[in-house]
Amino acid sequence: METAAKSRFVVSGAPHARGGDSTREIMLDVIIALLPAAVMAAFYFGFDAALLMVIGGASALLFEILWNLAVKKPAVPGDLSAVVTGLLLAFNLPPNAPFWLPIVGSLFAIVVVKQLFGGLGQNFLNPALAGRAFLMASYPAIMTDYLAVMPNQFEGITSATPLQYIKANPDAQILSSDLLTAFIGQKYGVLGETCAVALLLGGLYLILRRVVNWRVPFFYLATVAALSYALGRAGSPVYDLLTGGVMLGAFFMATDFATSPVTPAGKVIFGVGCGALTMIIRTFSGAYPEGVSYSILLMNLTVPLIDRWTRPKTFGKGKAA
Amino acid sequence: MLFVRTFKNGVHPSDQKKATMKKPIRIILPEKGSEVVYPMQQHLGAPAKPVVASGDRVLLGQRIAEMGGRVSSPIHASVSGVVSAIEPRLTPTGLVSQSVIIENDGLMLEDKSLATREDWRSLSREEIIDIVRDAGVVGLGGAGFPTHIKMSPPDYTKIDCFIVNAAECEPYLTSDYRVLIEETDRLLEGVEVMLGVFPNAEAVIAIETNKMEAVNRLSALVKRNPRVDVVPLYTKYPQGAEKQLINAVTGRVVPKGGLPADVGVVVNNADTVIAVHRSVVRGRPLMRRIVTVSGGAVMNKGNYKVRIGMPISGLIEATGGFREEPAKVLCGGPMMGFAMYDLDAPIIKTSSAIVALTEREARLPEQSGCIRCGKCVEHCPMGLMPLELNKFAIAADYGKFEEYDGSSCIECGCCTYICPAKRHLAQSIKTAKRLARSR
Ligand code: SF4
Ligand code: SF4
Repeated sequence: METAAKSRFVVSGAPHARGGDSTREIMLDVIIALLPAAVMAAFYFGFDAALLMVIGGASALLFEILWNLAVKKPAVPGDLSAVVTGLLLAFNLPPNAPFWLPIVGSLFAIVVVKQLFGGLGQNFLNPALAGRAFLMASYPAIMTDYLAVMPNQFEGITSATPLQYIKANPDAQILSSDLLTAFIGQKYGVLGETCAVALLLGGLYLILRRVVNWRVPFFYLATVAALSYALGRAGSPVYDLLTGGVMLGAFFMATDFATSPVTPAGKVIFGVGCGALTMIIRTFSGAYPEGVSYSILLMNLTVPLIDRWTRPKTFGKGKAA
Repeated sequence: MLFVRTFKNGVHPSDQKKATMKKPIRIILPEKGSEVVYPMQQHLGAPAKPVVASGDRVLLGQRIAEMGGRVSSPIHASVSGVVSAIEPRLTPTGLVSQSVIIENDGLMLEDKSLATREDWRSLSREEIIDIVRDAGVVGLGGAGFPTHIKMSPPDYTKIDCFIVNAAECEPYLTSDYRVLIEETDRLLEGVEVMLGVFPNAEAVIAIETNKMEAVNRLSALVKRNPRVDVVPLYTKYPQGAEKQLINAVTGRVVPKGGLPADVGVVVNNADTVIAVHRSVVRGRPLMRRIVTVSGGAVMNKGNYKVRIGMPISGLIEATGGFREEPAKVLCGGPMMGFAMYDLDAPIIKTSSAIVALTEREARLPEQSGCIRCGKCVEHCPMGLMPLELNKFAIAADYGKFEEYDGSSCIECGCCTYICPAKRHLAQSIKTAKRLARSR
């Protein structure tokens, strides 16, 4: 503006006040919310597991900085979203993964999935999950070797992850003691999904802090429970909620801003879709007992459509003038 | 227990009212020999047309400009003196408008047409509307819509609700609150005038719950009046925006592109009701208004009764000047007010506040890329998608902008306020609205 230069004061358009959290504060909250699950993973799987998570977060941040240098943007990113991605990626690794694995995963997640598609907010696939899918396709043997590390003090089913077990034994009796171990995390699986209660706490923290909206996690979990019941799966709906990556997916993966709908109705559809796909994969696919990652990645692809179809109603629209 | 009502979405900015809430209204007069400036455009609609010439002697209350069209409003001298010039001047909203300039002689000699009406209760509806029109009364809350137009909807018998908008949801502003506390009797008499114009209406005085003293005081006074009610509103911005206010008070929804009268409602803000009262009962045109002066850079924050036309620099000086050099001076509040280029512009009919912000208060974070958090959608009181409108505005895609109802934006600023990426959403949408309209 030409006249602005002549002014004694700062002249800019209203509003002149800003509130709410910044992107950086929001990402910091996500990291805080991930901490309980991270601590529990370290507790159950040991020091190497903790190191995997640190490497995941740090390498993701490093790749973001290198990218910024390459494209001549300010090197240190103003937000912490890369750290969140790296942490979430590490959460998806088996506890005995080699230390280079999170580095390769972060490279793919940050550079290919996120930055090549335009950076924060522009990517259409969840970077952590796409990174996991990439590792799964490249190193299937390492990525599915959940059983090498025995969670501390674990005396439950010892031959498989819970979902592998009920896939192989659809008539298995799930006892309430099994529910308890699933809830507190004494089970085989990837790092971050182990302790359901820690993920639940972190998720509730994000909802209470209004970082994420309640709709996606709520409808995701509700759909999983409802379909588990309807399909008469082994165990109970509660067992399906507590095992595999459902808690991690519902609170931390499906709620990723860039790859989930922005409209309230869209969030409901997205949550229901993720839940339904998860249960379909769990029940009907031959190879995958799990289902969370692929259901969310599939739903990511529908987000532009969902957003277009669920535009909120403009206040006063449709009333006779 | 009182039933507290509200609207959908919105935000909770820090209200900043404490500094001036308890400050009684003080009268400020322009100094003898100073310039008083009357822009012809200080209301919504056609600019007024000067009816005086340079060199003319004018008296307090004398009409100096007539209506420039059906939707317009006349302007009156708020001092006595001599017309020193008629020339373009900057208004506080950043507009340049033809202005009548009067050199104040300090005598406040009154035009003889100013006379109290003892018999105002026997005036007809049409007579009242004519008086209000000729007194230059416009909405003092911000938009400046001529009040006589609001009083003449297509079918006045269909108006069943008259709302006194005392929500005052803008941070810093306490001028309406002081009116509720200090000019209660005149306010209620003004309501009576309005109810005479709308014989089938009941009046509702709507106040946010952060002003309980006013709620309690008025509730007690109207207890035995079957036609007047006081409604406390949940404190949330933009509670005082017309469509949101009507929805909160009556549950009705003003149609897109429609007016309050379409759903049987007329809304005036509190100081406007006082202006109606003054014109009808006391026979005085609109010559002054209550202005909140606040912000960290001013010496004496408070509420002042100011002559319309008084330069803002003079007002600041009369209140004790600045404590420190402000970085930004707003006419109005921080959510919808205008940042001013300088302080030569005068107080006009719609200037509800002058807020002078210090460097620290004025500092704003840099904007960054949208992270698609959806908060702007969640908080927009009009149910719009600011992130998309912002994209269309930047791409100058006005077809899409209209398809996404960009023109329904009420420019409340909630989206910009809440955005974690600090994007200039409302600013871009406002500009795009104007460009889309002029296409
Ligand atoms: S889009 Fe307009 S109406 Fe909606 S929050 Fe932004 S400024 Fe307010
Ligand atoms: S609030 Fe800001 S960051 Fe969030 S969706 Fe809207 S524009 Fe994007």
